[in-house]
Amino acid sequence: MGKPILEVKNLRVSFKMYAGEVQAVRGVSFTVDKGEVLAIVGESGCGKSVTAQTIMRLIPTPPSYIKEGSSILFDGKHEIAKMTESQMERVRGKDMGMIFQDPMTSLNPTMTVGAQISEGIRKHNQKVSKAEAFKRSAELLTLVGMSNAEERIQQYPHELSGGMRQRVMIALSLACNPKLLIADEPTTALDVTIQAQIIDLLRDIQEKTETSIILITHDLGVVAEMAHKVIVMYAGKVVERGTLDDIFYNPRHPYTWGLLRSVPRLDSDKNNELASIPGTPPDLYAPPVGCAFAARCPYAMKVCKEIDPEHFEVSADHSAACWLNHPDAPEVEMPVGIGRGSHG
Amino acid sequence: MAEDKILEIKDLQKHFQLSGNRVLKAVDGLNFSINRGETFGLVGESGCGKSTTGRTIIRLYEATGGEVLFNGKDVQKMKGADRNQFHRDMQMVFQDPYASLNPRMTVGKIIAEGIEIHGLYSGKEKKERVNQLLRDVGLSEEHAGRFPHEFSGGQRQRIGIARALAIEPQFIIADEPISALDVSVQAQVVNLFKKLQKERGLTYLFIAHDLAMVKHISDRIGVMYLGKLVEVATSDKLNEKPMHPYTQSLLSAIPIPDPDLQKARKRIILQGEIPSPLNPPSGCPFRTRCPHAMPECAATMPPFKEVEPGHFAACHLL
Repeated sequence: MGKPILEVKNLRVSFKMYAGEVQAVRGVSFTVDKGEVLAIVGESGCGKSVTAQTIMRLIPTPPSYIKEGSSILFDGKHEIAKMTESQMERVRGKDMGMIFQDPMTSLNPTMTVGAQISEGIRKHNQKVSKAEAFKRSAELLTLVGMSNAEERIQQYPHELSGGMRQRVMIALSLACNPKLLIADEPTTALDVTIQAQIIDLLRDIQEKTETSIILITHDLGVVAEMAHKVIVMYAGKVVERGTLDDIFYNPRHPYTWGLLRSVPRLDSDKNNELASIPGTPPDLYAPPVGCAFAARCPYAMKVCKEIDPEHFEVSADHSAACWLNHPDAPEVEMPVGIGRGSHG
Repeated sequence: MAEDKILEIKDLQKHFQLSGNRVLKAVDGLNFSINRGETFGLVGESGCGKSTTGRTIIRLYEATGGEVLFNGKDVQKMKGADRNQFHRDMQMVFQDPYASLNPRMTVGKIIAEGIEIHGLYSGKEKKERVNQLLRDVGLSEEHAGRFPHEFSGGQRQRIGIARALAIEPQFIIADEPISALDVSVQAQVVNLFKKLQKERGLTYLFIAHDLAMVKHISDRIGVMYLGKLVEVATSDKLNEKPMHPYTQSLLSAIPIPDPDLQKARKRIILQGEIPSPLNPPSGCPFRTRCPHAMPECAATMPPFKEVEPGHFAACHLL
């Protein structure tokens, strides 16, 4: 892999609400290298989508605020956290593309597919003529696996199925050959056979174009299929980061254990209870002192409720924010059902 | 094992009449039965008719044709006391825990509504019963005075389950009861379903699109495609030896959360999309996407036959 295309450091994002301040993202750091797929996993409300949308600067201020000391360095030169809206417009959609979860609401219903894609092309490159832009749109639709692209560019979104609309979204995000693609739950709204088609397509395009991708999802199966690196988020923080193998075969955070064990596998024994994580995530109006997961963690110690753990390094690429990784912590065995070859 | 069929579905049809004389055959000739005390999973992709099937069984829709026999009696012909009893015996848990609870009623009222309608308990007994139900589904008595908006998605689904249980049904239809929930919460709710079944000997019709979860909870599974059942088998059989090409591709399309296994396995990626149920293909509905389609498949619908004991499939290859 190569140089980092994106370096996020200590990103903190809050929403000022009537009832107080919601600290949605509380000090997130990660890097995405060129040609790499980074997956961000976590449950609703963990801050994964806010992180992604802040990288694109899609959340209006107010109500959201990027806090002092946050840094989002894109392509080694753009400090996104400090950019104005007009500066951002030159980056967004050109060097950075985004695929949203819901293709029904993220396409313009009053414009043909061709007009939407060529609008994107011409916005960032005024020299391209209308006819050329339409030709390029048709090429993009062919690239994303749509047959008779010449006819498709004349169609409106409502004439297309969910899977086809998601293909249009992908074509749209690729229109200006972005360096970074952010895919926020790209397959969640789709049926499983269509999901398989879209993942296949994304992977194919990623390999061909070497675009870096940030993949946001709650589906660990999709992560296993596509990602190189994974970060696990909980209550606005990164609780574990590592390579795909680190996270699936040698996870070091009890929350990651819980996530991995709560997914039923096709080959799992159905007489066993599914491992669930008791309780619910904390309220981010008033995040708890200490580790945010402590209240739900079966291994919680006294220190966990008092001091929020820093990341402990397991290897160069792998770290976990959990006191169990402290040299003085008691030995805890990883629960059954995790690790290489534990099923299959 | 002697089979004790609590529910028998015979050639069930539900057609919707649309404008312009078009007919949408959402459910088109289903045959299956559910044994007392088991969980029958019904899976398929959106628009395959699985939810319509559930709703037709419980008479939220009137069937266009066919029979639904519950404890041997035809549900569609039930009247008066029989019908009342049927509505007590069969209850439903809905997909969306945000839309299926009345926001203006307290949780206690929501759960007690069925008890009042059927005149089961009143006064102190009723209150005690509601409290007991709340405890059974993992909530507490204090929750009875609160409103639905004060609860998380998983808790709301527990309330929906308590409501269904309130009138002591024998049979529960759960229509995508966990798809709106986060994974760790899904596991909590699935475990609750299993626990309640063990304690009360309930029978479930569990409708979902997530085959991995359905396999985990079900004894037997039916796979639907475009309004028709294409395969029915025990969940182990279905996983080990799926017979219908659609079931095979459905199983293969689910990504496994294990990178080594996922990279090693060969997947069948179906081409194309589900045809419109308004204009279904002739013969076998799956033939337009089937990797093994033959001329015969366009001509006739393959019969739904018992290929092995207890394992049914509808495919010309078998």
